[in-house]
Amino acid sequence: MSTLTQDTVSPAPASPIDKPNTMRAVKDKLATVAVYTAFLIAVIPLVWILYTVISKGAGALLNPEWWTNSQRGITARTVGGGAYHAIIGTLIQAAITAVIAVPIGVFTAIYLVEYGRGKLARAVSFMVDILTGVPSIVAALFIYTLWVTTFGFERVAFAVCLALVLLMIPVVVRSTEEMLKLVPNELREASYALGVPKWKTIMKVVLPTAFSGIVTGVLLGLARVMGETAPLLILGPPSKAINMNPFEGFMAALPTMINGERDQVVQAAYDRYWGAALTLIILVMALNIAGRLISRFNKVSR
Amino acid sequence: MSTITGHSELDAEPSGDKASTGRRGDRIFGGLATGSGIFVVVLVIAVGGFLLSQAVPALLKNDANFLFDRVWEVNDSGMRFGIPDLLYVTVVSSLMAMIIAVPIAVLVALFLTQYAPKRLASPAAYLVDLLAAVPSIVYGIWGFYVFRPYTTGFQDWLAEHFGWTVLLEGPVSLGTVFLASIVLAIMILPIITAISREVFAQTPSTHKEGALALGATRWEMIRTAVIPFGTPGVISASMLGLGRALGETVAVMIIVGTNPGIFRFSLFAGGETFASKIANNSAEFGSSSKVGAFIAAGLMLFILTFLVNAAARVIIERRKAFSE
Repeated sequence: MSTLTQDTVSPAPASPIDKPNTMRAVKDKLATVAVYTAFLIAVIPLVWILYTVISKGAGALLNPEWWTNSQRGITARTVGGGAYHAIIGTLIQAAITAVIAVPIGVFTAIYLVEYGRGKLARAVSFMVDILTGVPSIVAALFIYTLWVTTFGFERVAFAVCLALVLLMIPVVVRSTEEMLKLVPNELREASYALGVPKWKTIMKVVLPTAFSGIVTGVLLGLARVMGETAPLLILGPPSKAINMNPFEGFMAALPTMINGERDQVVQAAYDRYWGAALTLIILVMALNIAGRLISRFNKVSR
Repeated sequence: MSTITGHSELDAEPSGDKASTGRRGDRIFGGLATGSGIFVVVLVIAVGGFLLSQAVPALLKNDANFLFDRVWEVNDSGMRFGIPDLLYVTVVSSLMAMIIAVPIAVLVALFLTQYAPKRLASPAAYLVDLLAAVPSIVYGIWGFYVFRPYTTGFQDWLAEHFGWTVLLEGPVSLGTVFLASIVLAIMILPIITAISREVFAQTPSTHKEGALALGATRWEMIRTAVIPFGTPGVISASMLGLGRALGETVAVMIIVGTNPGIFRFSLFAGGETFASKIANNSAEFGSSSKVGAFIAAGLMLFILTFLVNAAARVIIERRKAFSE
């Protein structure tokens, strides 16, 4: 478009009613400045946050103990210990969440694109939108009423995962849906013409074509749920020891580790929560960037 | 960024169910897909239903008026709780965040679609999208421990010169609704930008070229062609951003919830939103006797975000109907 935007070239003579051309040029310049400034304003927080977290958190991460030890037996005032318990907790919870949310999300997307017509499809699509907007704290309260109040179970890591499933499903549905829609209809029709049943067509033709796009959606969804704190506050009280059993006892996670240490005003705790914040950001950003990179290898493109 | 735009359409593509052979494999697979779809519908209804079923007993035991009484005393001897203060802080902080974020987001979206050189546009868009990847707890600790000191001077100045308005009345508390709004604005910026970007990019190039051919400057072209085309999308994007801001929990909890103090209408007071109230009292969830009040507050939050998101969806659907 840049060739068409030579705004100063307007040969028509200004009628007496029109404002002079210089005024229009000034407005145009002002708009350009405003638009560039806005972009800078938007990028400042990102750079600032990354800088803060790296400069304050890197110290903790450089200690090898950070990656191998837990906080068991370490009080807020003593230096030492690591985040292994929280890292492993976050990873386990993310894995369980993905195992539950991905099949439901992908099948829902398949329904919306390949099967759904009429009122039910409209309802499903609408509900996915609503689910996208459900605040994480509401998801946590819902699982609380289900898991603790109704079934009478204890608060455990698995309950946290169930709340996270609620938050991950819409992300997976939407990204999968977009990818499935991009698969050309000719591929499906060619498959049908060869007498392949519909379900095999979807499994062997449609899904593989859209595969990398679906993986991207899953990774972005994981990045979202790993950083969620509210469900952990309600359903997953923190722990300082390593616990790998999602059905028993409390399991640590990086967000709750940050939250537990942040109101301490001693240096040891300060280092730990910024360290945990940096670890969390690294995990989330890695997933995010991996998702973007994979989406480059997409067989279908928009 | 389809994942944070959260809306989609049902294209009437002619793939039809005539492709199904009715064999067992097809029936099972179709059943799984339909079942998942129904599961999602049931899930959302269950969220509302379960919250309602737990909130009603608490509301019946409530000795105060839930909607109008400004008290929150929940203990074993009795429950008196009302939501007007929570509602006020929730709505005011989210609206403020929207007022800050929407103009910037629209300008950023214009930058990405109309101004940035083609080669820079997509990395630049990715940078803005990355803002959405930062976990909310990191926003919270950054906002409170790092960003806050830089805003106190400005807040004091505002309170000193505009303190006669109720909204900007001093004294300035430690963590303020004002600061929370700024951080919320940063958090919802990528959502609003992403959707605005999508709709601006869809402006028919005939409209844009027509404007330019008539001698419009770039800004005039944007004002007469791009912005009118994108307005419904921007409104819908703002509503989705608003929905996110209303339900944001941890960042708000860290910033305003540290010392709520006495309720004031000023932006420079601390306070509690629905979400931060619930999260602040997460210790109560160890025993389920007192949680009814918080679940009632959560139900209100669910209804609020439901309405906002549904409205956003209706607006974007209507735009689709007229844009073809």
